[in-house]
Amino acid sequence: MTTAERTAPPDTLTVPASRAPGCPFDPAPAVADAARTEPITRATLWDGTPCWLVTGHQDVRTVLGDPRFSADGLRPGFPFLTAGAREVIGQKPTFIRMDDPGHAKLRRMLTAEFMVKKVEAMRPEVQHLADDLLDRMTAGRNSADLVREFALPLPSLVICLLLGVPYEDHEFFQERSGILLALRSTPAEAKAALDELVEYLTRLAQAKRERPDDGIISRLVARGELSDGEIASMGRLLLVAGHETTANMTSLGTLALLRNPDQLARLRAEPALIKGAVEELLRYLTIVHNGVPRVATEDVVLGGSTIRAGEGVLCMINSANRDATVFPEADALDVARDARRHVAFGFGVHQCLGQPLARVELQIALTTLLRRLPDLRLAIPYEEVPFRGDMQIYGVHSLPVAW
Amino acid sequence: MRIHADQEKCCGAGSCVLAAPDVFDQREEDGIVVVLDPAPPAALHDAVREAAAICPAAAITVTD
Ligand code: SF4
Repeated sequence: MTTAERTAPPDTLTVPASRAPGCPFDPAPAVADAARTEPITRATLWDGTPCWLVTGHQDVRTVLGDPRFSADGLRPGFPFLTAGAREVIGQKPTFIRMDDPGHAKLRRMLTAEFMVKKVEAMRPEVQHLADDLLDRMTAGRNSADLVREFALPLPSLVICLLLGVPYEDHEFFQERSGILLALRSTPAEAKAALDELVEYLTRLAQAKRERPDDGIISRLVARGELSDGEIASMGRLLLVAGHETTANMTSLGTLALLRNPDQLARLRAEPALIKGAVEELLRYLTIVHNGVPRVATEDVVLGGSTIRAGEGVLCMINSANRDATVFPEADALDVARDARRHVAFGFGVHQCLGQPLARVELQIALTTLLRRLPDLRLAIPYEEVPFRGDMQIYGVHSLPVAW
Repeated sequence: MRIHADQEKCCGAGSCVLAAPDVFDQREEDGIVVVLDPAPPAALHDAVREAAAICPAAAITVTD
């Protein structure tokens, strides 16, 4: 591609798009505008590469469900959202950046670990962890940072337990996972963080070979189909994905409820609404806010546009989840609506593997928080909440609350 | 109503089990869908249609 082609005209939409000014719970204003005017539109990536932006609910499902749109990060034209992501995928692709049959083979080694029945059986354990964290957070105090003391440690403890990773090392991998997900990490920083994580998990896999436990890493070792390095890459994916997503849904979800007191009151009055309320928060907030990347493998006509082979496509699941043709009054948070058709976990064969676990964690985290802290409120002015526009996973960097 | 679930297509994320637990389950060994009741009673038809609509892999087909 020539330099001339890579230079964006000044008026094209650039992704990741700036979220300011606008409501911090809504998609970036430029993306929301694009969704209103044109379902499929041209955009430019941060590095000047042109790509397609798909914003409507049906079109997003079509692209994500169609094998002519590849998830293979090594294919020419694949649209990377950050320089760090491009570096990392070139190094060690995991199955989320592969196509079938390679993707299916690796993913199926894990599907049993996250199936609904198995995860449902973990409820008492997750409940116990949630209560424990809140005991500690509230002991002798009436304010705390909800992210640091509850929203992050809960999913972190759970994924460590599942994988068989010692939680004592959480600072090490939380820091690396933060670098991997920061939009402005340089390729060198991202590579270093990736290498350190993979090296750590490779050593862990070796240790499990000698002393197996009943975690996922041990079970992958016991299958004997993957090298320790491959197991480490898979473990890295689960560890990073298990941390930041649920943590940010918990804290941002809490904030969204605090900012919508009628919805909060409704949920407090009818705790049985929690399952639907979690789906609605997933729909309304959609923290994977920069789009799900794909590259066309052949020319495809979509919504009147021809997407050519080798062109990058970003599926904006956040604007798809605000599509008013599917969700009436889509921009309103309504804990009692049926939001199950949301695509917050993606769609197609790559749809989030850990979603049953995310659901159980979110249902327990929010229910326990609301039950135990009836007077929960924000401890800083709303204008001072540090939103995570600078990360691949949206949310808040911290959430000072009082009770 | 007749239900068919394509186990080759299924990616095991379990949405169908949540939408219609009386009709769908997941295989113990690999989390792949199993149909518990291929001809469910009318009371379950809406839940089954919802399950088919949210199945990310389009693995569930329903014929009336
Ligand atoms: S929703 Fe579809 S992909 Fe998921 S388990 Fe059920 S049949 Fe399989």
